Formats: sequence, structure tokens, C-alpha cells
Amino acid sequence: MTTALSQRGQELAPTPIVAAPRFLAPLAAGVVLAILLELVLPSPQTNLKSKIFLDIGINVILAVSLNMVNGFTGQFSMGHAGFMAVGGYAAATITYYGSFALWGNPDTHGVSGNALFFLACLAAGLVAAALGYLVGLPSLRLRGDYLAIVTLGFGEIVRVLVQLTQPVLVTPERVHEVGFPGVLGYLGGALGFSGQYGIPTYTNIFWAYAFVTVTLVSAYRMKRSTWGRAFLAVRENEIAAEAMGVHTTKVKVRAFVVAAFFAGIAGSLYGHETGALNPATLGFMRSFDIIIMVVLGGMGSVSGSVVAAVILTILPEALRPVADYRMVVYALSLIVMMILRPQGIFGIREVWELGPFKRFFVEKR
Amino acid sequence: MSRILQTLLDSLTVGSLYGLIALGYTMVYGILQFINFAHSDIFMLGAWFSFELSKTFGWSKNPPPFWAAPLVLILAMTLCGAVGFTIERLAYKPLRKAPRLNVLITAIGVSLLIENVGQLPWALGTQPQSMPTLINDRVLFSILGVGFHLVDLLVIGVAFALMVVLQWLVYGTKLGLGMRAVSFDTKTASLMGINVDAVISFTFVTGSALAAAAGLLFALKYSGLKQSADSQWVLLGLKAFVAAVVGGIGNVRGAVLGGLMIGAIEQFGAAYVYAPLRDVYVFSVLILVLLVKPTGLLGKAVVEKV
Amino acid sequence: MLEVRSISIQFGGLKAVCDFSLSLEKGCLQGLIGPNGAGKTTVFNLLTGVYRPTEGKIELDGKAVNGLKPYQIAAAGMARTFQNIRLFGDLSVLDNVRIACHLRTEQSMLGAIFRSPLHRGEERAILERAHKLLEIFKLQDREGEQARNLPYGDQRRLEIARAIATDPKVLLLDEPAAGMNPQEKKALRELIDFVRKEFGLTVLLIEHDMGLVMEICERITVLDHGVTIAHGTAAEVSNDPKVIEAYLGAPSEGN
Repeated sequence: MTTALSQRGQELAPTPIVAAPRFLAPLAAGVVLAILLELVLPSPQTNLKSKIFLDIGINVILAVSLNMVNGFTGQFSMGHAGFMAVGGYAAATITYYGSFALWGNPDTHGVSGNALFFLACLAAGLVAAALGYLVGLPSLRLRGDYLAIVTLGFGEIVRVLVQLTQPVLVTPERVHEVGFPGVLGYLGGALGFSGQYGIPTYTNIFWAYAFVTVTLVSAYRMKRSTWGRAFLAVRENEIAAEAMGVHTTKVKVRAFVVAAFFAGIAGSLYGHETGALNPATLGFMRSFDIIIMVVLGGMGSVSGSVVAAVILTILPEALRPVADYRMVVYALSLIVMMILRPQGIFGIREVWELGPFKRFFVEKR
Repeated sequence: MSRILQTLLDSLTVGSLYGLIALGYTMVYGILQFINFAHSDIFMLGAWFSFELSKTFGWSKNPPPFWAAPLVLILAMTLCGAVGFTIERLAYKPLRKAPRLNVLITAIGVSLLIENVGQLPWALGTQPQSMPTLINDRVLFSILGVGFHLVDLLVIGVAFALMVVLQWLVYGTKLGLGMRAVSFDTKTASLMGINVDAVISFTFVTGSALAAAAGLLFALKYSGLKQSADSQWVLLGLKAFVAAVVGGIGNVRGAVLGGLMIGAIEQFGAAYVYAPLRDVYVFSVLILVLLVKPTGLLGKAVVEKV
Repeated sequence: MLEVRSISIQFGGLKAVCDFSLSLEKGCLQGLIGPNGAGKTTVFNLLTGVYRPTEGKIELDGKAVNGLKPYQIAAAGMARTFQNIRLFGDLSVLDNVRIACHLRTEQSMLGAIFRSPLHRGEERAILERAHKLLEIFKLQDREGEQARNLPYGDQRRLEIARAIATDPKVLLLDEPAAGMNPQEKKALRELIDFVRKEFGLTVLLIEHDMGLVMEICERITVLDHGVTIAHGTAAEVSNDPKVIEAYLGAPSEGN
């Protein structure tokens, strides 16, 4: 039995033909832009500025996805890097061992190789999302601080488990011998997924920014929908939200799962950028790095996370001479910000909702 | 049989350390309702201060006198108490009325600050160090072929002595009464004339001092000190926090009980199941407890007014 | 419409509400009064699922709702306001009302991301309903403002508007006139009357302002220390010696 509201909604709904262009337009624009950037910019493998640009893309995906949990729903997750790791390793398994199975070696393989990579990214997202569901469902019923500890613990467990695996296999015969799921035991251990060949380096500006487009569009549309408002309600006042009919646990888990999905994709992009995945770099320090971006940009602001990701990707490069002090500066900034401006740069608003831009983007009647 | 005894002994030793650290977490959570993420760093500082003090007194080269360890203990506890006091006043006090999420983030900031300042060349540096031997370890006696080392017994003994002192402090003194009142209802406590600021500061100082003691004991037993930002410290602190939760967060006796339990789970898991997964066992227990009885063994639920 | 039979709740050793019963016919407006600490808000919390009654039964439009979670009870058709205002402070006035429409939508989250026709239609329907409510509550001019910046009286009205946005059958108002001046209270009186007729609501009202309660409530239940001490019309209740005793004197205007 449909509600009165939903029936009215169906009356007011546009036909699919009318709706489709609106849905596709931003995605198409983003993908076209990604293609153009790929063609115009030098390869990240050789050019430092290009590499930084690529890293910005990956960090944007990480920050925006974490914002869905920490920002939109106000739940404090500290294990985001764990999902990144899971996604990265899942994707690497598919491309690396898959390459052995299909072509006998783990090099990049043109169009079909890229197709494999795309599938690997999707798989990375789905695996991370599934894990997000398993971790989120029990933990999100708990109070804020507890979730932080549980997610932190989760990130650490992922790291510990990965570090227990065997060195990566390097011959097609061995790969065939071990088979799937056996190869999951050969992820490189503490030394990381690298070794003689390394992960095929499919990540380029196009892939990174194509996925950035999907992430940004998804995050923004989610935020502006009734679901996004439900997220924000849970953050603002959970008791009131529940009294107004919002299934708070379900909402929190949804945000958590979607965030994990995108973190998994980011992990895949990360692993296929340099061709290596090291569990030590995917621990809570990485989670903290992402948290700092979300807090700085403003918890709840998609564009804020983008701005913060840009700043905090470029800054370490700029601060390289005083690298020791970088984390000290970060830490101090975090403390000072919480005392003086806890909402970060943009708070809950988007860039275009502030000041001079406001006139152009007012809610239509 | 002797293996069980050995594992029990190890559980007791490790569990005492976890208990000492857990007390700091649980006391702060009791009065301010937030997890002091920087607490594990106080523990780390306790160990490193002990090292630096021992070096300054020249005991890495010359044999130390019998009063070396107690002196370092008292000094380390005082120093860390001061650090705890400073952190509370500068970083946490301004946020007493802020949403809990903000304080959590600040605590992370403080933790990162301590860790990274610690790694600076003019501070503790990035090289792992070895703690000078302040106590000559030897086997005091054996039961069933299991050697009871002096250091282990000292760890257990000192830890329990401190816990007893804390017990007296919290349940037998006026200041302790203030602590319990504030943890129950801050507003009313202040209306009753209790100096809430003083009580909070005292709680932080005490918790930090206990963590410092744990740090020294850790250094005496394990001697290898990794750099300040190494995950070793955070992991230990995390497990101590799990102990606090398992025992019942906010409950002082619960912290001790939790510490012993987590110590046992870790050691028995490592000895009888599969050693590299020791951390996984501890976290699994955390998940289990939070699913079944989030208030822990001895804790009680806090009801929010609607 | 709402049948409450002998509900009780115990906190530790204290029985906060004992053997409470109430019957609300469809479309009526009843009051729940009593001295401070009598357990009135606790009754609301029991009705809306915040607390689970240790005994007793609650039936909303024939359906048993005791033991259900608050969001399920909201979906079943019971909405409330809070004694201490619980608005979504950082969000706009418009968004506060729109969120309350969420439980009546059927779009999936994927649908929202893909901008499905259903999503687009429902968004328009939500906007339509929210604007209509804001106009009734005379808040449409402030729809973009942050809820926390509203004057106190407006915040209380917004809470009521938000509750009605959930499309309820029963509306529970917890001290809606608290902190209002006489003109505002008069406007509130008219608003509650209008809203009741316009939306066909059944209303239960907790109030300390006796004038308001006596004027608009058809029947009144008086609570003291968790126990019902009187039930009847305004005239009956104000002359009941037990009620007078509970309040230590004749009921007076305001507090």
C-alpha cells in the first residue's frame, strides 16, 4: 500500500525519457573531462605534478566517501583505510593473478587489460562494501566513541591478517597450481604486494577522475535527496530523527556501506598507481590523514572535502623540506581548529551555498 | 601443565600492565564521557621518560643502585602526571560543553602531536632504544619447572600496589568522593560545592601517573622501546582500552578485571591457538562484548533524558 | 483511535508510571496535566516507543504498538513534539519539515543517486507538502534560515509542523506553549484547533498553562507521581479535591 505522499510523487514524476538526460549529464561531462585531462596532461609515471594531480583524485574519493559517514551521519569511523586496503588487495588479486590466468604474465594489456581493471575496481568496491556491512551492522548500534574504537580495531585486524600472507607468486604455473581462492593466501605479507613484477599499473588520470566524477555525483545527489536529509537528521539529533520515522541504524549502515564501497575503489586506484600495496601505509595513520581532510573541509560538505583533499595532498609535497614537522603542524591545526572553528572551512554547506554564490542556487519552488 | 602455569603467569604480568593503563581510560571516561585517545601516548612517554632519566643518571653505563628503579618510577609518574594535567587544561577544558565528537577529534590531535613531537631529532628521535637494566633479573623460584622471574613479579606487585592505592583514593578519600560525584552528575556536583575543575585535573593526573608506571614496568620487562609514533604503543593502548570496555567503562574495579581478562585472552590465544593473531583475539572479544553487553561486565547503562 | 491499557514502567526501584490507562476517540483533543515530575513526559515516551512498558498494552487504530521502536510507531501514525525542543538546529526550517516526510517515501537510495523519475517526483511532492505546512504555520518566509536561529516561539511551532509532516493520525504535544506570551498562546490555541480539523488529527496535550488546557481540551487526565488521580471534563477536574491537593491550591495561570 503506497503512502499518500508517494502517490503524489508518482503523479508529479517526470517520464523516464525526460529524466534521463538530467541524470546522465554530469556523469558524461565528468567522463569527457577526465578523457581530456588524460590526453593533455603528461603521464603521472614520469611527471611529478601529474602524479600529485592523480593523488589528489584518489584523496578526493577517500575524503568525500568518509564524509558520508563522519560528516553526513555524524558517526566517527576511524578505519577507512581498512576498506581502502581490502579494496586494493581485492583488485590487485584480480588484475595480477587474473593476468597470469588470462595472458600468462602480469603486465598491462591494453583495452582488454583495462576492462579487467575496471571490473577489478568494481569488485574492490563491492568487497569493501560487503565488509562494511558486516562491520557496520553490529557497531553502528553503539555510541560514537565505541564505533571509533571498533573501526580502528577493524583497520588493524585487516593489516594484521594481510601481513600474515605469503610472498606473491611469480610464475603462471604456480598461479595455476594454487588457483582461486588459494591465491588469497599469497598477498605479499608484511613486504606488501609487490616483488618482482608488481601490480599492473593501470591507474591513470582518466580512471582516477572518471571515478572521482562518479563519487562526487553520487555523494552530492545523495546529500540533496531525502536520504541525505535523513543522514543529516541522524547527525543533528538522533532521538528526534527516530521520532520522525527515520530508521537510524539502517540509515547509518547505508552510509557506512556506500562509504566503504568508494574507499575500496580508491584502494584499487592506489594499488594500481605505483604497482605496490604496503599494509604498513594503510594503517590508522592513513585513516587519520583522511579524517583530517574531512574535518578541515567541513564535516557534511562535499565540496569542502574536495578543497581539503587538494590542500592536504599538495601540502606534504610543499612541506617536504620540513617533513618531520608536517605531522606536528597537522596535529596542532586539528587541536586549534576544534577549539576555534570546529565546523571546518565550510561546515555543512557547499561552496556554492555561501555568500556571493547564494543567489544563483536558491531552491526552486 | 607447566605450560598452563607459564601462560597464566604471562597473563598476570601482561594483564597487570593492561589494567594500569585501562584505569586511566576508565576514569576519564567516567567523568567526561569521552575516550582519551592520547592516553596510550602517556604510557609511551612513561616508558621513554624512564629511559631518558636512566640515561641521564648514567645507569646505562654504570651499574644502578637499588633505589634506581623506584626513583625513576616516581619521577616518570610525576612527569607524566604533569603532561596529563597540561593536556587537559589546554586542549580538553575549552571543549567541556562541545559535542563529544569534537573532543574525540581533539584527543586524536593531541595523540598525534605527542607522537610526532616525540620523534623529532631533539626530542626522543626515531631510533629504537634499549632500556638500561635497572633491576638485575633472576629466577626467584620455580614451580612445576616454570621460572618466576623477579621482574615479572615486580610488575605484578607494583601494579597491584598502585591499584590498591587508587582504590583507597577513590573510595576512601574526600577527593575520591568528589571524583565519584562528578562522574555521576557533573552539574549537581558543582552545585554541591565540589571544585569540578580540580577533580577533573586530579583524575587526569592520576590516570597519567598510572600509565607512566605501566610504561616503566613495560620498559623493565621488555627493554626494547620503539619510536614514539610506532604502532606498538597505540596497539598496546588500544588493547588496554578494550580491557576498560570489557570490564565496564567508568568502573575502576572493572578496569582491573578487564585488564586481567584481556591479558589472559591474549596470552592463551597466542600460546594455544596461533600466536600472530593475538591482536585479533582481543578485538574479537571487544566486538563480542559490545554486541552482547555494551556496558561491560561491571558497568551500568547511562540513560539519556528524552 | 488510541487505546492505552494499564501501562507501567519501572526504573530500578522506582515505578515512574503505574497502571496508566487512556482512551482517545478519533478527532478528540485531550489534555494530560500534573505537577512537575508527575510522569507526563514519561507517558509520552512510553507511547512513542522511547521506553518499553513493563506492563500493559498500547493500541493505535487497532494495531498493537507497545514494544515497537520509535520510528516504527511514527510510521504507524503517532508523532510528537518534545518538552526540550529537539529541532535539527544546523539545518534549515524547510529541511526540518522535509526530513519528517522521509518515512512516507518509497524511493531507494540508488534511485536517488540515479535521479529516478520516482525520486524526482517524490522530491517535488515533499517540497509541496513542506511548503503547504510552512504556510499554515506562518514560517514560509523563514524557510531558508537555520532552525537554531529562530525565535523560541517559532521553534516550538516548527516542531509541531515537523511532527505533522509525518502524516500522523495521533499527535502528542509536549508543553507546546512553554515560554510563550499571551498573544502567542492565543495564536497557538487557534492553530491547534485548525490543524486538528484540517488534518483530522487526534491530539493529546501536555501543558502547564491551565487556561489553555481548560479552554481547548475536551477531557483531561491528571497525573501525580505516575498515577492517574483524576479524569474528566475541565470543570470536573478543576473541582476535584485530589487535584487541588496535588497542586497545593487552585490551578493558576502559567507556572
